[in-house]
Amino acid sequence: MPMDANEIERLIRSGIPDAHVTIRDLAGDGDHYAATVIAASFKGKSRVQQHQLVYQALKGEMGGKLHALALQTGTPEG
Amino acid sequence: MWPYLERMEALLDRTLAKLNKDTTMAIEQFIDNEVKNNDVVLFMKGTPQFPMCGFSGQVVQILDYIGVPYKGLNVLENEDLRNGIKGYSNWPTIPQLYVKGEFVGGCDIVREMFQAGELQSFLKEKGLPVKETASA
Repeated sequence: MPMDANEIERLIRSGIPDAHVTIRDLAGDGDHYAATVIAASFKGKSRVQQHQLVYQALKGEMGGKLHALALQTGTPEG
Repeated sequence: MWPYLERMEALLDRTLAKLNKDTTMAIEQFIDNEVKNNDVVLFMKGTPQFPMCGFSGQVVQILDYIGVPYKGLNVLENEDLRNGIKGYSNWPTIPQLYVKGEFVGGCDIVREMFQAGELQSFLKEKGLPVKETASA
Protein backbone atom coordinates (compact mmCIF):
# COMPACT_ATOMS: atom_id res chain seq x y z
CA MET A 1 0.00 0.00 0.00
CA PRO A 2 1.39 3.44 -0.90
CA MET A 3 2.19 5.93 1.80
CA ASP A 4 0.74 9.39 2.22
CA ALA A 5 3.15 12.34 1.92
CA ASN A 6 1.89 13.82 5.22
CA GLU A 7 2.56 10.54 6.97
CA ILE A 8 6.15 10.51 5.67
CA GLU A 9 6.66 14.07 6.86
CA ARG A 10 5.14 13.29 10.25
CA LEU A 11 7.40 10.25 10.75
CA ILE A 12 10.55 12.17 9.78
CA ARG A 13 9.65 15.04 12.14
CA SER A 14 8.91 12.65 14.98
CA GLY A 15 12.43 11.25 14.67
CA ILE A 16 14.19 14.53 13.85
CA PRO A 17 12.21 17.28 15.61
CA ASP A 18 14.19 20.22 14.13
CA ALA A 19 13.89 18.98 10.54
CA HIS A 20 12.48 21.08 7.74
CA VAL A 21 10.88 18.55 5.45
CA THR A 22 9.82 19.13 1.86
CA ILE A 23 8.17 16.28 0.02
CA ARG A 24 7.32 16.03 -3.64
CA ASP A 25 5.19 13.28 -5.12
CA LEU A 26 7.25 12.55 -8.23
CA ALA A 27 4.86 10.45 -10.23
CA GLY A 28 1.56 11.47 -8.65
CA ASP A 29 1.00 7.85 -7.67
CA GLY A 30 1.64 8.16 -3.93
CA ASP A 31 4.55 5.75 -4.32
CA HIS A 32 7.51 7.70 -5.68
CA TYR A 33 8.59 10.62 -3.54
CA ALA A 34 11.51 12.99 -3.26
CA ALA A 35 12.21 14.40 0.18
CA THR A 36 14.53 17.18 1.22
CA VAL A 37 15.35 17.13 4.91
CA ILE A 38 17.24 20.07 6.38
CA ALA A 39 18.16 19.96 10.05
CA ALA A 40 20.66 21.82 12.22
CA SER A 41 21.15 18.59 14.17
CA PHE A 42 22.74 17.06 11.04
CA LYS A 43 25.76 19.28 11.53
CA GLY A 44 29.02 17.32 11.77
CA LYS A 45 27.41 14.15 10.40
CA SER A 46 28.30 12.48 7.12
CA ARG A 47 25.73 12.15 4.35
CA VAL A 48 25.43 8.45 5.11
CA GLN A 49 24.74 9.20 8.79
CA GLN A 50 22.19 11.89 7.87
CA HIS A 51 20.33 9.51 5.59
CA GLN A 52 20.48 6.79 8.24
CA LEU A 53 18.81 9.14 10.73
CA VAL A 54 15.98 9.75 8.25
CA TYR A 55 15.61 6.01 7.56
CA GLN A 56 15.54 5.39 11.31
CA ALA A 57 12.79 7.96 11.71
CA LEU A 58 10.83 6.16 9.00
CA LYS A 59 10.89 3.09 11.25
CA GLY A 60 11.53 0.41 8.68
CA GLU A 61 8.99 1.70 6.15
CA MET A 62 11.80 2.57 3.75
CA GLY A 63 12.37 -0.24 1.32
CA GLY A 64 9.11 -1.79 2.43
CA LYS A 65 5.84 0.14 2.27
CA LEU A 66 7.78 3.12 1.02
CA HIS A 67 9.22 1.89 -2.23
CA ALA A 68 10.94 4.93 -3.63
CA LEU A 69 12.04 7.95 -1.66
CA ALA A 70 14.79 10.01 -3.24
CA LEU A 71 16.50 11.68 -0.33
CA GLN A 72 18.51 14.84 -0.03
CA THR A 73 19.73 16.01 3.34
CA GLY A 74 21.65 18.99 4.61
CA THR A 75 22.12 21.60 7.29
CA PRO A 76 20.45 25.05 7.21
CA GLU A 77 23.59 26.82 5.94
CA GLY A 78 23.95 24.38 3.09
CA MET B 1 3.14 -38.10 24.19
CA TRP B 2 2.69 -34.34 24.62
CA PRO B 3 5.89 -33.67 26.59
CA TYR B 4 7.74 -35.58 23.88
CA LEU B 5 6.19 -33.45 21.12
CA GLU B 6 6.99 -30.30 23.03
CA ARG B 7 10.61 -31.35 23.38
CA MET B 8 10.77 -32.09 19.66
CA GLU B 9 9.29 -28.70 18.91
CA ALA B 10 11.79 -26.93 21.13
CA LEU B 11 14.64 -28.82 19.49
CA LEU B 12 13.36 -27.89 16.04
CA ASP B 13 13.09 -24.22 17.07
CA ARG B 14 16.65 -24.20 18.36
CA THR B 15 17.94 -25.91 15.20
CA LEU B 16 16.14 -23.43 12.96
CA ALA B 17 17.38 -20.47 14.98
CA LYS B 18 20.93 -21.77 14.73
CA LEU B 19 20.60 -22.33 10.97
CA ASN B 20 19.33 -18.77 10.53
CA LYS B 21 22.19 -17.45 12.59
CA ASP B 22 24.71 -19.51 10.60
CA THR B 23 23.30 -18.18 7.31
CA THR B 24 23.43 -14.59 8.56
CA MET B 25 27.03 -15.05 9.67
CA ALA B 26 28.03 -16.74 6.41
CA ILE B 27 26.49 -13.93 4.36
CA GLU B 28 28.12 -11.28 6.54
CA GLN B 29 31.47 -13.02 6.02
CA PHE B 30 30.87 -13.18 2.26
CA ILE B 31 30.02 -9.46 2.07
CA ASP B 32 32.98 -8.58 4.25
CA ASN B 33 35.33 -10.51 1.94
CA GLU B 34 33.89 -8.91 -1.18
CA VAL B 35 34.15 -5.31 0.04
CA LYS B 36 37.61 -5.83 1.50
CA ASN B 37 39.11 -7.72 -1.45
CA ASN B 38 37.73 -5.48 -4.20
CA ASP B 39 38.45 -1.76 -4.42
CA VAL B 40 35.02 -0.81 -5.70
CA VAL B 41 31.94 -2.99 -5.18
CA LEU B 42 28.38 -2.22 -6.16
CA PHE B 43 25.56 -4.29 -4.67
CA MET B 44 22.76 -3.85 -7.15
CA LYS B 45 19.61 -5.27 -8.68
CA GLY B 46 20.63 -6.90 -11.95
CA THR B 47 24.11 -6.71 -13.46
CA PRO B 48 26.17 -3.78 -14.77
CA GLN B 49 25.24 -4.98 -18.28
CA PHE B 50 21.54 -5.42 -17.41
CA PRO B 51 20.43 -3.36 -14.42
CA MET B 52 16.97 -4.45 -13.25
CA CYS B 53 16.12 -1.27 -11.38
CA GLY B 54 16.41 2.40 -12.28
CA PHE B 55 18.33 3.32 -9.12
CA SER B 56 20.92 0.61 -9.71
CA GLY B 57 21.10 1.65 -13.37
CA GLN B 58 21.89 5.25 -12.42
CA VAL B 59 24.87 4.24 -10.29
CA VAL B 60 26.14 1.94 -13.07
CA GLN B 61 25.96 4.83 -15.54
CA ILE B 62 27.87 7.11 -13.17
CA LEU B 63 30.61 4.55 -12.50
CA ASP B 64 30.93 3.75 -16.20
CA TYR B 65 31.13 7.46 -17.02
CA ILE B 66 33.84 8.00 -14.44
CA GLY B 67 35.61 4.95 -15.84
CA VAL B 68 36.54 3.36 -12.51
CA PRO B 69 36.70 -0.46 -12.55
CA TYR B 70 34.18 -2.06 -10.18
CA LYS B 71 32.58 -5.34 -9.30
CA GLY B 72 28.80 -5.61 -9.53
CA LEU B 73 27.00 -8.10 -7.30
CA ASN B 74 23.42 -8.96 -8.16
CA VAL B 75 21.30 -9.20 -5.00
CA LEU B 76 18.35 -10.56 -6.99
CA GLU B 77 20.25 -13.82 -7.41
CA ASN B 78 20.31 -14.47 -3.68
CA GLU B 79 17.63 -13.57 -1.18
CA ASP B 80 20.05 -13.98 1.75
CA LEU B 81 22.48 -11.55 0.14
CA ARG B 82 19.63 -9.11 -0.55
CA ASN B 83 18.66 -9.10 3.12
CA GLY B 84 22.21 -9.44 4.41
CA ILE B 85 23.52 -6.34 2.68
CA LYS B 86 20.77 -4.25 4.29
CA GLY B 87 21.92 -5.32 7.72
CA TYR B 88 25.61 -5.04 6.93
CA SER B 89 25.61 -1.24 6.69
CA ASN B 90 22.29 -0.57 8.39
CA TRP B 91 21.02 0.71 5.05
CA PRO B 92 17.53 -0.28 3.89
CA THR B 93 17.88 0.09 0.14
CA ILE B 94 19.80 -1.14 -2.87
CA PRO B 95 22.06 -0.12 -4.68
CA GLN B 96 24.95 0.24 -2.23
CA LEU B 97 28.42 1.36 -3.22
CA TYR B 98 31.58 0.38 -1.32
CA VAL B 99 35.06 1.76 -1.88
CA LYS B 100 38.03 0.11 -0.18
CA GLY B 101 35.75 -1.56 2.32
CA GLU B 102 33.93 1.65 3.19
CA PHE B 103 30.21 2.20 2.54
CA VAL B 104 29.91 5.33 0.39
CA GLY B 105 26.16 5.51 -0.08
CA GLY B 106 23.12 4.61 -2.11
CA CYS B 107 21.86 6.08 -5.35
CA ASP B 108 21.02 9.56 -4.00
CA ILE B 109 24.36 10.08 -2.28
CA VAL B 110 26.37 8.73 -5.21
CA ARG B 111 24.49 11.00 -7.63
CA GLU B 112 24.90 14.02 -5.37
CA MET B 113 28.63 13.35 -4.98
CA PHE B 114 29.05 12.80 -8.72
CA GLN B 115 27.26 16.03 -9.61
CA ALA B 116 29.44 17.97 -7.18
CA GLY B 117 32.59 16.34 -8.59
CA GLU B 118 33.22 14.84 -5.15
CA LEU B 119 32.97 11.23 -6.24
CA GLN B 120 35.81 11.64 -8.72
CA SER B 121 38.08 13.35 -6.19
CA PHE B 122 37.14 10.80 -3.52
CA LEU B 123 38.11 7.90 -5.81
CA LYS B 124 41.35 9.63 -6.80
CA GLU B 125 42.21 10.19 -3.13
CA LYS B 126 41.76 6.47 -2.63
CA GLY B 127 44.29 5.90 -5.40
CA LEU B 128 41.78 4.51 -7.89
CA PRO B 129 41.99 5.09 -11.65
CA VAL B 130 39.49 7.66 -12.87
CA LYS B 131 38.96 8.74 -16.45
CA GLU B 132 39.94 12.38 -16.93
CA THR B 133 37.00 14.39 -18.17
CA ALA B 134 36.95 18.04 -19.19
CA SER B 135 34.89 18.95 -16.13
CA ALA B 136 32.13 17.18 -14.28
